[in-house]
Amino acid sequence: QSIFVAIFFIFLNEDLREMLESTKESLKLEAMKRIVGLIARGKNASELFPAVVKNVASKNIELKKLVYVYLVRYAEEQQDLALLSISTFQRALKDPNQLIRASALRVLSSIRVPIIVPIMMLAIKEAATDLSPYVRKTAAHAIQKLYSLDADQKEQLIEVIEKLLKDKSTLVAGSVVMAFEEVCPDRIDLIHKNYRKLCNLLVDVEEWGQVVIISMLTRYARTQFISPWKEDGIFDENSEQAFYESDEEKLGTPQSKPYIMDPDHRLLLRNTKPLLQSRNTAVVMSVAQLYWHLAPKQEVGVITKSLVRLLRSHREVQYIVLQNIATMSIQQKGIFEPFMKSFYVRSTDPTHIKTLKLEILTNLANEANISTILREFQTYVKSQDKAFAAATIQAIGRCATNITDVTDTCLNGLVLLLSNRDETVVAESVVVIKKLLQTQPTQHSEIIKHMAKLFDNITVPMARASILWLIGEYCERVPKIAPDVLRKMAKTFTVEEDIVKLQTVNLAAKLYLTNSKQTKLLTQYILNLGKYDQSYDIRDRTRFIRQLIVPNEKSGALSKYARRILLASKPAPMLESTFKDRDRFQLGTLSHTINSKATGYLELSDWPTAAPDSSVRNVEVMEPVKKEISWTFGAPLKSDDKFYSDSGEEEGAGEEGTGSSSEDSSSSSSSSSSNEESDSESEDKNSKHSEETDSSQSDKSSGHSDKKKADKKKRLQLKKKAKKAAPKERYQMHRPPTHHPLTQELWNLRTFTPKMAYTHTGKKKNRKQMVALFLCVQVSSPVFVPMSSHELLHRMTGKGLAAQYHFPRQPCIYGNKMVSVQLTLTNSSDHTLEDISIGEKTSSGQNIHRFSSIERLEPGASVTVSMGIDFNDSTQAANFQLCTKEDQFSVSIQPVVGELFLPVTMTEQDFRKEQGKLQGMNETSATITMAPENTSNQALSKKMVSVANMGVVPTGEDSLYRFAAKSVSSGDLVLVSVDLTDSSSGRLTINTEKTVIGSMLLRDLKTALAQP
Amino acid sequence: MIHSLFLINSSSDIFLEKHWKSVISRSVCDYFFEVQEKAGEAENVPPVIHAGHHYLINIYREKIFFVSVIQSEVPPLFVIEFLHHVAETFQDYFGECSESAIKDNVVIVYELLEEMLDNGFPLATESNILKELIKPPNILRSVVNSITGSCNVGETLPTGQLSTIPWRRAGVKYTNNEAYFDVVEEIDAILDKTGSVVFAEIQGVIDACVNLTGMPDLTLSFMNPRLLDDVSFHPCVRFKRWESERVLSFIPPDGNFRLLSYHVSAQNLVAIPIYVKQNISFFETGSSGRLDITVGPKQTMGKTVEAVFVTINMPKVVLSANLTATQGNYTYNPVTKTLVWDIGKLSQQKLPNLKGSLTLQCGAPKPEESPSLNIDLKIQQLAISGLKVNRLDMYGEKYKPFKGVKYVSKAGKFQGKGLLEVCSVHFHGQVIANTSAQISHCHHGAFH
Repeated sequence: QSIFVAIFFIFLNEDLREMLESTKESLKLEAMKRIVGLIARGKNASELFPAVVKNVASKNIELKKLVYVYLVRYAEEQQDLALLSISTFQRALKDPNQLIRASALRVLSSIRVPIIVPIMMLAIKEAATDLSPYVRKTAAHAIQKLYSLDADQKEQLIEVIEKLLKDKSTLVAGSVVMAFEEVCPDRIDLIHKNYRKLCNLLVDVEEWGQVVIISMLTRYARTQFISPWKEDGIFDENSEQAFYESDEEKLGTPQSKPYIMDPDHRLLLRNTKPLLQSRNTAVVMSVAQLYWHLAPKQEVGVITKSLVRLLRSHREVQYIVLQNIATMSIQQKGIFEPFMKSFYVRSTDPTHIKTLKLEILTNLANEANISTILREFQTYVKSQDKAFAAATIQAIGRCATNITDVTDTCLNGLVLLLSNRDETVVAESVVVIKKLLQTQPTQHSEIIKHMAKLFDNITVPMARASILWLIGEYCERVPKIAPDVLRKMAKTFTVEEDIVKLQTVNLAAKLYLTNSKQTKLLTQYILNLGKYDQSYDIRDRTRFIRQLIVPNEKSGALSKYARRILLASKPAPMLESTFKDRDRFQLGTLSHTINSKATGYLELSDWPTAAPDSSVRNVEVMEPVKKEISWTFGAPLKSDDKFYSDSGEEEGAGEEGTGSSSEDSSSSSSSSSSNEESDSESEDKNSKHSEETDSSQSDKSSGHSDKKKADKKKRLQLKKKAKKAAPKERYQMHRPPTHHPLTQELWNLRTFTPKMAYTHTGKKKNRKQMVALFLCVQVSSPVFVPMSSHELLHRMTGKGLAAQYHFPRQPCIYGNKMVSVQLTLTNSSDHTLEDISIGEKTSSGQNIHRFSSIERLEPGASVTVSMGIDFNDSTQAANFQLCTKEDQFSVSIQPVVGELFLPVTMTEQDFRKEQGKLQGMNETSATITMAPENTSNQALSKKMVSVANMGVVPTGEDSLYRFAAKSVSSGDLVLVSVDLTDSSSGRLTINTEKTVIGSMLLRDLKTALAQP
Repeated sequence: MIHSLFLINSSSDIFLEKHWKSVISRSVCDYFFEVQEKAGEAENVPPVIHAGHHYLINIYREKIFFVSVIQSEVPPLFVIEFLHHVAETFQDYFGECSESAIKDNVVIVYELLEEMLDNGFPLATESNILKELIKPPNILRSVVNSITGSCNVGETLPTGQLSTIPWRRAGVKYTNNEAYFDVVEEIDAILDKTGSVVFAEIQGVIDACVNLTGMPDLTLSFMNPRLLDDVSFHPCVRFKRWESERVLSFIPPDGNFRLLSYHVSAQNLVAIPIYVKQNISFFETGSSGRLDITVGPKQTMGKTVEAVFVTINMPKVVLSANLTATQGNYTYNPVTKTLVWDIGKLSQQKLPNLKGSLTLQCGAPKPEESPSLNIDLKIQQLAISGLKVNRLDMYGEKYKPFKGVKYVSKAGKFQGKGLLEVCSVHFHGQVIANTSAQISHCHHGAFH
């Protein structure tokens, strides 16, 4: 018959082959569907490989996908043929459709053919810089596949991982962390710079990624922060010492500084907490284990409610959660005690769930609740599930040893069970009673007698053995019964189980020593039986016992001590939880579940004794504007380097920086041309831009450094950086990312800013184009943002709340007449401040956009929020109230005039035109004397833009400098020009309709320029 | 992470296998069969099995074992949660997650599994993303496809995959814009012989069916949100808003989804809506017993208690039951030893009663304990916890949606609650909530 089946398959395969080779798509598809059916059932379809692989380039996407399924399944077996398909994938990797690129990479990396490793490597590197986050996600997955195929690629793959870790997309985050865990889990250093970003992104990452990231961060935190549990320890010690050692201690210096949690540690705890509400049980569990391993003991309680909630989920989920609760409940029973009833066993629970619940209930038992628990246990003992009833009896035994108050009650209860009809129950009770009696043997000879009476009816070997042991151990308390039991055993010895025989020998020996008169013959009889037993264990034991107790010439000194050896008082056994040692594994892991180390388990390290440098996690926030400076003034600032190292493309960045700075502004022609190019690009950005980046990268690798190209490259990078920097800023400013529409808005706005910034750099553009492109003036992003901040509220006046403000010089998102202000609020008190907000009343009548209220600010933490104030183009201070839950503080922001502007770009021509319109009373001017330091080209501009938020207008003349801005509220132009007459003096002219502002600005600028 | 998946039916046949990394022989399942045999019943199979160099993590659903093969450390819940997600996706696509449905749609199943995992790590699991990639089967389409040769597979990347709200697809359009919310509450209670409550809690869910055009941003508020003791959300719900204002603010997925599950603890429990008088006894001699059960309504706040079922798991020695019911029908299954009494509606006037004798196995000892009762019931238009939806607002879109509560009466999902007291009454109810008093007249009520 099997031959028929084989022949049938040959025909079938023939059929399928014909279908695959037909010209009709529908036939091919049908054939592929049948083949996939075969694969699904585990049938071998490898013979069709040549016919299938031809269709890999099919236009029909479903057909193509099914071919992919086939390829991935059989490529390993048919390596040579599989190579035929590679070129198709390489082509598809360049497809404009991101889904096609991604699936090509997926299949290419899933074909486990060692020859193509270099091709895979190349494809991964390319995909890691793809514009589509989906393709980058696929690249992260491909990293693991390549690593498992060829571990030698590790170093190169780590580089890709490093790059992808910097990715801001929530889509990529989970996958790349997964790759990190698989390839280089020990390279903790790669995480430092991404730690805060990962914490902040976490809420928005998809559920599966959250699990992986949380577990990685748990490991990370255990290596980087000091233990938050220490405090409790010290506290306890102190109180004890204080008790014994009186006052000396107080006079001495405090031994250690109070524990202060690293803000990054707090950040992790804060940002994971909301995920306890996730619908995904794996996420909840991973947050729970994070809190268990990282949070201060008093905070662990927050996880219990969520864990208990998971118990309403599927059976399998319950199993894992209960296991973890069992481990936790040993160490901290307090947190689960209020939920005790949730662990009550239900008759419909599967056995393994019942046993776990029993375990937890036993762990939770204490003096207060033991009576409730025991009453509960009583019903379990009656359960029809006898294995469970037996487990309950064990549990009762454990409660009895742990809580001395109830030992007697339990013992009595167990003795009652001895008359149970079910044998397993009785046997288990005997075993447990044996253990209990050992702890307090003196009072319980009655029980031993009772058990001896039961002995005839009990057939379970373990129980029989236990009774024999008990009688032997306490034979002096039951002197009449013991020899009788031995007599009975002598009769049945040969038919007993080994374990019972051993105990019989044991009993005989003990009786021989205490009551040799009655039992001498019996003992000898039993020893003789034992001597010829089939089991060598028993023969062994018999020989040993005989030498020990029966004195003869050979036995020597040992028999003198026989009594002390055999009748030594034995320590009572400890009845412990089987979960006692599970805490050596990280909770929630597979290793914890199976209670042995699984392959690839990563140890959770102990807390470091001294905190490692926390500054490694600092990320320099480089706003797009900073780049602007380095570009505009050409002088490479120190921060320039950091900027590049920060954004992760170190290669060659240094040279470029210096290269372009030496060019200075003289290379205007070349830069403007590249400008035009990239401007037009930005219209149809995606595809071209990717090409551009590609080419620039290949440039790099070939070491080609044509000036023009370098310049272009740099611009492109700037653009890219600007885009990259934007999301980072978002997270800096708005603590936890929410789905709030406002944030969305902000996000949009941020993505636009770089574009504006870019426009600004286009100042050297050919005039005609300028006019055509920008109708006269255009608000640009600030040239310079002073980092200095001003005090708003001192911590002393603010009762611990300190506030500083800073003008970010960005267009305000809350209203276009507002000046945006960043507040940094710091809690320097020792308690948590709640509900920090701006009060409803403003005394000065300005229109203020309040920041959304901050619910909690932990001690030592600080938060930066944005607000908008419409100063109405005056330097009148904005007064408002900063409120916390308890207090209100009146504060005021007094703007300097320079902050009331937004920079604009315009051409020299436009500038002149506008200036012409603002003559007469709209013009204020003054002679200035300048400090010698300010006379150079760059220093002057820098000074000017640091005083006021103005844009630089290009000029053709050497000694003439022009700056333009518009007032925020009314939008009136403010034009500033500086005409240097000689090296140290000149004339400063301001043209604006806002004459008050104009004169104030004039004064400010004049003083600033005079100062070095 | 997840290496391979085997689907095994109740007669231990592996009817589907899928590998995401290199192929693992199906002989690895022998470890599973061994454990399965030892465990006896399917429910008793432990979810995690150590199998040589592998670990098998399995779930049991709809009479199918989903056995996944794991090679290295992974959070077991991650795998379990994912396997359940797979089962739910099948349910969603084929209407049922059965062996025959899977076999009939094996190509779609394969395509789905291919999309859901890449190298063992979840790739696309959101239902709406999957549905854009792989269209669910329907008869009309398969006919059209076989003629035209067009296919079931999407050609572009679903927009949801890239957005920060992956649960919603872009470009949703409806002519009738509707949003319905069902508040479903279940009471779990254990009563002792005297009828007093040993343990009671309310589990509630809000299931939504939202068919709204564009990108609506919804806000759902409650009259008494403090009632909710412990909540878990669909990822679309903004946690911060809930924390600060106790409102549910979200951009909903398209179609059906579970917005929220919550828990109301015992102290808020209003009342147990029915009472049970029961007397089951077994005689010392004559191998027979008596049974007498009466059920009546207690505090139901004017609503009718419907679909009342009483289920009793009899001791093994009970052979048959000869009973008379004054209302409804009863059945006794001598194999599973379950007695089910389907009462239907409870009326105040005539209290349903079930009375009669039980026949026991000859010579067998009398059962030690009386069996426990499980009661299943349903009350329409009442949230037993008193939870009330206040209003639903929509932002972000211009049109006026039809919003309301659509009353759905679902059969009570039966979850037997085990025995705790020697003779306990287990009460399991499902209550469909009424979110506003005025709307009880019409089929679809509007929010005020």
